[in-house]
Formats: sequence, structure tokens, C-alpha cells
Amino acid sequence: MDLSYSSEELSFRNEVRDWIAANLPTDLRDKVQSYRALSKEDYLRWHKILAAKGWSVPHWPVEWGGTGWDITQRYIYDEEFALAGAPGLPPFGPAMCASVLLKFGTPTQKDQFLPRIREGDDFWVQGYSEPGAGSDLAAVKTRAERQGDHYVVNGQKIWTTLGHYGDWIFCLVRTDSQAEKRQEGISFILMDMKTPGITVRPLILMDGGHEVNEIFFDNVKVPVQNLVFEENKGWTVAKYLLGHERMGSGSVGASRRELATLRALAKRELKNGKPLLDDVRFKDKLSRVEVELDALEITSMRFLDKMRRTGQPPGADVSMLKIRGTEVQQMITELAMQAAGPHAQPFKAVDNGAIDHFTSRLAPRYFNFRKASIYAGSNEIQRNIIAKMTLGL
Amino acid sequence: MNFELTPEQQQLADSVSKYLSNNYTFEQRKAIVHSTTGVSESVWHTFAEMGLTAMSLPEADGGFGGGAMDLMAVMEALGEALVVEPLLDNVALASRLVARLGSEAQRAAVLPGLIDGSLRLAFASLEPGHRYGLVPHTTTANADGPGWVLNGHKAVVTGAASAQQLVVSAATPSGVSLFLVNAKAAGVTLNPSRTVDGFRVADVVLKDVAVTADALLGLEGAALPFIEEAADFATALLCAEAIGAMKSANDATLDYMKQRKQFGVPIASFQVLQHRMVEMYICTEQARSMAILAASKVDGSTDVNDRARAVSAAKIKIADAARQVSQESVQLHGGMGMTEELKVSHTFRRLTMLAQQLGDADHHLERYAALT
Repeated sequence: MDLSYSSEELSFRNEVRDWIAANLPTDLRDKVQSYRALSKEDYLRWHKILAAKGWSVPHWPVEWGGTGWDITQRYIYDEEFALAGAPGLPPFGPAMCASVLLKFGTPTQKDQFLPRIREGDDFWVQGYSEPGAGSDLAAVKTRAERQGDHYVVNGQKIWTTLGHYGDWIFCLVRTDSQAEKRQEGISFILMDMKTPGITVRPLILMDGGHEVNEIFFDNVKVPVQNLVFEENKGWTVAKYLLGHERMGSGSVGASRRELATLRALAKRELKNGKPLLDDVRFKDKLSRVEVELDALEITSMRFLDKMRRTGQPPGADVSMLKIRGTEVQQMITELAMQAAGPHAQPFKAVDNGAIDHFTSRLAPRYFNFRKASIYAGSNEIQRNIIAKMTLGL
Repeated sequence: MNFELTPEQQQLADSVSKYLSNNYTFEQRKAIVHSTTGVSESVWHTFAEMGLTAMSLPEADGGFGGGAMDLMAVMEALGEALVVEPLLDNVALASRLVARLGSEAQRAAVLPGLIDGSLRLAFASLEPGHRYGLVPHTTTANADGPGWVLNGHKAVVTGAASAQQLVVSAATPSGVSLFLVNAKAAGVTLNPSRTVDGFRVADVVLKDVAVTADALLGLEGAALPFIEEAADFATALLCAEAIGAMKSANDATLDYMKQRKQFGVPIASFQVLQHRMVEMYICTEQARSMAILAASKVDGSTDVNDRARAVSAAKIKIADAARQVSQESVQLHGGMGMTEELKVSHTFRRLTMLAQQLGDADHHLERYAALT
């Protein structure tokens, strides 16, 4: 066994690190590091900088603008990205919609959408969940009725992350409500968000932030060319996407950076005149999180090594990265809030009051990260997956 | 990056596993645990024939010059079978200290016998009132002419009764020193017991034990860094052993869940139990990652703090995981998990002790925190 990266991999890491250091705009980095929300323009500006370098879609096939990096290089790239405090590109276009188009899209669809996704011309969002279809995704009710060369879409999506930034949305819709099995009447379609009949309503979360939305569809006309794969075969597409590489779901790089921020905070905050970092009770909790993250990093590397050797996707076990990765994120946000002590309470300055804009974001951030064990397949769903696929339960 | 065992490592682990599955069944183990000596001559000699006692000794002393990585999968197999032979104490602690500190004469007197299985050692280190500390406080060695006189009390010395020689740590004028003491020497009294997990240990009382100058291992007062290194090496191997025991607990629990029916269905169909089983599995895999890290650092790290930090991190994880896996395995077995009759209750006891041996989670949290 050898747990170290090769010298080629290390020099690749340095290349990525140096390039990000030289090209990541400081205002964007500061926003990420101080936990402020990013605007649509922020995301697209960074996307275009990456696109100009040819690094916006590393995992795509080379003929479509991918870098040809192997799985380890991609992992290193993602990790360096997160360590540097670079905004993560929202996955909906480059990672999700593009993967579907590359696998199932017609040549026309690929030509129409892929270059624009690569260049950051369109902001894509995901229309999966509905009020009655969360973990049970096959329960989607949003209807798409074929009328001539259009579908007419009626219904509602929910939890649409950054839906208010969306130029395009990919949706799971029901095209056959009579199908014997629910999964057989679903289709995967693409919609221009400017189409008449689409309304986006913000859902403000308990951290006070606008991140997710409800989207209503009222007789929205979608050209049939925007159907991906076959009608009523959308579940095949959705399953493909779920089974897609989720190596990054441990968020090891991001958590490393957050731990460093937490340490700095705990060094600054005093308890009985001494840094909180030296407090035994605090230190024990911090150490346990660090150890869990160390373990997670090596578990991720073990999967990576297995993928590289077998050429196979890591399978159901990768769900444990999502479970532990989000638990670590949540523990860090909780400890950061606790480290700020009473200063975690002030939220917004009023009447020209003074406020520390960093500590005032720690409690909201803790609130916000309760989402991590709920989204992208709740941690309970992830446990179901391991129970069924790995343990045969 | 490569997480595969070498063909040689895999082959050795496979042959140890195969040997244990034929010769160290649950029933056979029980007979050994309750025998007079509590250990098995034939198992020990087979381990020696397989090269386990020689694996981590230097080639110059007749060993194979291997490291923790070479024994990791073997220790996992031993953990799975709940082997009670004091292999860890001999290989990772006592013989390692003799090999690293001993003179040519001392090594020649001890190591060939250890390698061929005819001689066993024990490491007498712990003391009452000092928990997992490696620095001797109450055991002293005073110069007496050319030799030394040892006095003190060593606690919970694994394998003391089956050992011919004890490696004893003692406070000497300039620090911590190690001595080779004949287990039958005048003034050495053993107070043997069986542990809750089936091992044989003894409290060792040393009363005016006179040894000659050549009993001192290495330089007077210079042993502590070597003891710490050996303890880290042993802890890394203990982590691997714990992974094997956790695997055994998980496999048994998974089987049981699929067989056991209540309300007309296998209890494996209950989601509340499925999720707990999944957590046991994830805990074990996360612990395995740390066991791998610890083995790789004790073999490869040249920085003492880096090594110590990784080993303590691993032991924290292993202790936490061992506790969760063992407790859950009994819970999911229900009443049957409480009985002597099922292996899982023995695995529970072993995991409980593995969590504490060579330092519990609190001990290693303190050490880890001091290094970060």
C-alpha cells in the first residue's frame, strides 16, 4: 500500500493551486471564505475564467471540451478548488444536465446546449422534487401533455436551488399517468425559463437566505425537440444521473478549509483569558471532527484507487461519503457557531449598529447546513442504498 | 496511491486465515482459553513457522525486515478469530525493543528463540496508578556494583506467565531504561489472571531483583523514545486487529438479522435495524481507513510527531468505532447476544478491551490535541 500521491500528481496539484491563486478574483474568494452569498454574475464570471483556461468541464469527453484528466486528477482539481475558497460551479449544468446530454442527447441537442454550458452562457437549474415527491421521486405529478409539436406543462417543482438564477431548467415530468408502473410514465425535458407560464417564487430558509425556490408551470409550451431520450423513459435518465460519479460528495477539501477557519476563530476567541482552542472540552470535539475528516479523506482515496484499478464506478458504498461528509460539514458549522459564543447571536445591524459580519454569519450557516443531510438523497435514503446494495438487506 | 496488499502480504494473510478457520474455531478457542496455560503451543509454533514472529525483525537478526503494513492483514485475521496468543506483545513490543536496543549478545540470546517459537517475551510496562502512561514511576532500577537491582510493581502484563524473559521498564538516574529480566529470577512474583476477553496477564512484583550489567538494553536512561515508537507500532497493529474483530461482529450480526424472524418476517426487513447495521458498516470502514493510515505512518514517517499524531488519531477512531460496533452487535442480536453461547458476546468483550488497550479514546485525544 502507498497512501501518497505520485510526483506527477503532486506537480499537477501545484499547477492547479498556482493557477487558482493567480486567477481567482479576490472578491470572490473573500465572499466564499466569509460565508457571503454569491450572485449569478459571481458564478458566471468565475465560470468564464475557467472556461477561458479550458477547465470549466474537466470531466467531459475531450471532443466536447473536457481536459482528459484521469479520475485522480479530477479529484485533486476539485480538492484544490475547495481548499482555495473558489466558488464551486453549481453542478446542475456542467455536471448533471451535461452528463445526461452526453449520454442520451441527440446530436442537435448536444450542439445546441453543450457549448453554452461549457462556456457559462446559460445558468442551469434542476426541476426534480415536488411537494409530494421528495425522496420518493417517482411520485412526480407535474404533467406534460403532447399537443402537436409541443408539450404543455402544468404543475409545480420545489427546492429548486438557485432557481431564481436559472436560464434553463431540466425537469422530470409525467407524460403518461396511466402507466402500470409509476416509473414508466416519466420523461426528462428541458425548458427555457423565459417561456411564458413559468413563475419562480422564493422560499426563504431559516438562515434568512434566498437559495431555493418553488417553480410553477402554467400551460408552459415546450417544443418536443426538448425531450431528452424517449418519451416515458425519463426514469432511465434520472437513474443514470443518480448513479453518476459522486466521488466528491465527501467535500473533503471544503471541510479542510472550514476546519482551518474554525481553528483560527477558536484561537482568537478567549475563555478565561486563554484561547478557546486550548479548552479541553472544545478541543476534544474539534479533534474528533478532524479525525473523522482524516478517515473520510482516506476512505475517499480508497474508492478512488478502486475506481482506477477496476475502471468501474464505486457503487453503493460511495453513499457513505455523502453521509459522513455532510455529518462532518454539519459538525464544523455547529462548532463554529459555538466557538463564537454570545457573538453568534447578533444577526443584522439596525439603526447603524455595529456588527461583526463574520461571527454574525456563523449561526445562520449552522442553520443552513442542516440541509446537507437532507439534499441530494437524504442520508436516510443513502443508508437505504447501502443496506440494499452492499449488505443485501 | 495504491491500497492493495502486495501478493506476498495477501498470501500470508490468506494462509493465516485458512489456518485459523480450520484450527481456531469458536469451540477450539474456548478450549484454549480455559486450558491451564490459556495459550496454545501448537498455535504459537504454527505462527512461528509461518514467519509471523520473524516478520518485523531485522534481516540481520534472522527476521524479514517487514513493517506494520506486512502484518496488517494478519492482525485483522487474528482479530476476526479472537486469537488470545500474545503475538502483539511479542512481535510489536518486547522483541522490537530487544532488536532496536539490544547488543549483539542480547539479540543473539533472545531473537533466534523468538523467531523459531521456542521462546516468548512479555513487556512489563504499565503500573498501578498510571493508567496507560509509558513512563515508569514506581518501578526503579538502582546500580549495584556492575549490575542493577529492580524494585516495583508492573500491572496487567500480557503473556507474562508464558514468557521466559520479561522486558521491564524502570526509572533509572538519568531517565527511563529497559532491562531483560528472567521471569523465574529470584524476587520476581507473578500474580496471574485471565482477562475479560480471554487473555492471560499477570501483575508482576519485583522485589530486590538483582540483574547483571548485560541485562540493561541500550543506554541507561535513553529508552523512552524507543518505547514510544514500539507502542505506536503496536497500536497500529492493534487497530488492524480491531478491524478484524469489528468485521466478525458485523458479519455475525448481518447473518443473524437475515435468519431471525419476528412478526413472521426476518428482522432484516426492518428499516430501523437496517440503518443501524449500515452505521456499523460505515464505522468499520472509516476505522479501517485510519488503521491503514496508522500502519503507513509507523512504517514510513520520519517525523516522530507526525507518526504519533496519526497513530493517536487512528486509536481514537478505532476506540469509538469498536464501542459502537460491539454495543450495536449485541443489541441487534437481542437476548442471544448476551449469552456465552454465541461468538458475538466474546467479540463484544474483545472489542471493549481493544478500545482501551494501549490507551483509550480519551488518552489518545489528549495526546493528539497536544500535537496539533
